[in-house]
Amino acid sequence: MNINLTLIGQSIAFAIFVWFCVKYVWPPITAAMEARQKKIADGLSAADRASLDLELAQDNAAKKMQEAKEEAAALIDQANKRAAQIVEASKDDARKEGDKLLEQARAEIQQERVQARDALRAEVATLAVAGAEKILETSVDAKAHSEMLDKLAAQL
Amino acid sequence: MADTPVEYIKHHLQNLTYGKLEAGYERFDGSVMSETGWTFARSAQEAADMGFMAVHVDTLGWSIAMGVLFLGLFRFVAKRVTTGVPGGLQNMVEISFEFIESIVRDGFHARNPIIAPLSLTLFVWILLMSALDLVPVDFIPTLAQAMGLEYFKIVPSVDPNATFGISIGVFALTIFYSLKVKGAFGFAKELGMNPFNHWALIPVNLVLEILVQIVRPFSLALRLFGNIYASEVVFILIALLPLWAQWTLSVPWAIFHLLIIPLQAFIFTMLTIVYLAQAHEEQH
Repeated sequence: MNINLTLIGQSIAFAIFVWFCVKYVWPPITAAMEARQKKIADGLSAADRASLDLELAQDNAAKKMQEAKEEAAALIDQANKRAAQIVEASKDDARKEGDKLLEQARAEIQQERVQARDALRAEVATLAVAGAEKILETSVDAKAHSEMLDKLAAQL
Repeated sequence: MADTPVEYIKHHLQNLTYGKLEAGYERFDGSVMSETGWTFARSAQEAADMGFMAVHVDTLGWSIAMGVLFLGLFRFVAKRVTTGVPGGLQNMVEISFEFIESIVRDGFHARNPIIAPLSLTLFVWILLMSALDLVPVDFIPTLAQAMGLEYFKIVPSVDPNATFGISIGVFALTIFYSLKVKGAFGFAKELGMNPFNHWALIPVNLVLEILVQIVRPFSLALRLFGNIYASEVVFILIALLPLWAQWTLSVPWAIFHLLIIPLQAFIFTMLTIVYLAQAHEEQH
């Protein structure tokens, strides 16, 4: 157990080992450990954020769904109303058209009746004159009797 | 050589010494040194007569080997370090880092990037050096003897040169940081005005405080040396038992030793941190 140069050698070795550790061993490993710590912290906060986002998205989706439903209901309502309107309008139109056609037909019938009556009237007068001529076998003065004949025709 | 138990024990506690012998020195086997020169000591007496100009080759070699093993392993991990999922070796290294970081955080409150790696070096290096104690006491010396080396003691912390070498390094660091942080005047004031804060008691204070400073490297070195030396002596004593009986004592002692080795490494590291922390802090 002699104290000798070994003491100094050991001190030098110690100094070199500490220097090497300070310079080449400690920094890279602590840096990596800190980086991992940060990575884990980031990951955890990202997970928190993601679950928050999910909740928000779900809320949003539910709201959108509700809106869409309301919109659809409104659209259907509107469409129904419009359809009813259209039906009502076409019914109206049809009725009017029908009325108009009926009116027209009536007017035409009336007109034809008048025409037929006029024709018949003329014919009757002629026939009556001819008949009377035949009966009397005499020529009848048309002018003299026209007043009577017209009166007859008017009674028909 | 190892005929009696006492000789056996003495032989096992003798370092392989390479040192300077004066011309005319009568050697162990009766021959005389023709001129002054460096040589391996062949006996304990020769090693003692070499005085300060000698080197314990085994102590230096094994302690440097352990330091290189430690730094090589950690440097290997540091080069392939990943921020992702760490492998087994990186996990082990990171556990030791976290352990050191936590004790430094508890004991050291100033800012100094040297302290944590210094503590790591101390802890792992001392742990590895003392762990050599677990190698059976006759393995390496017998191998060395076969290679022609008379003495071989593999555990560096059983050599006070090794433990004092480290503790003097720590002592130098505490003085350096005391001067750097507090300045020469601040440090002198701290030595002079504590523990009795009165000008008339400055001489008493100086004696006390300087004693406190000087005792520190001694307490560090002798505590580590004493513990590991005692353990080694017990291992050697157990090795003197008959072969069939040795395991009944050496196994329990080795298991107990597994506790002592990290504990001593931890105490050395912890005290170093405390001393350095005091060097950085103003004392009231």
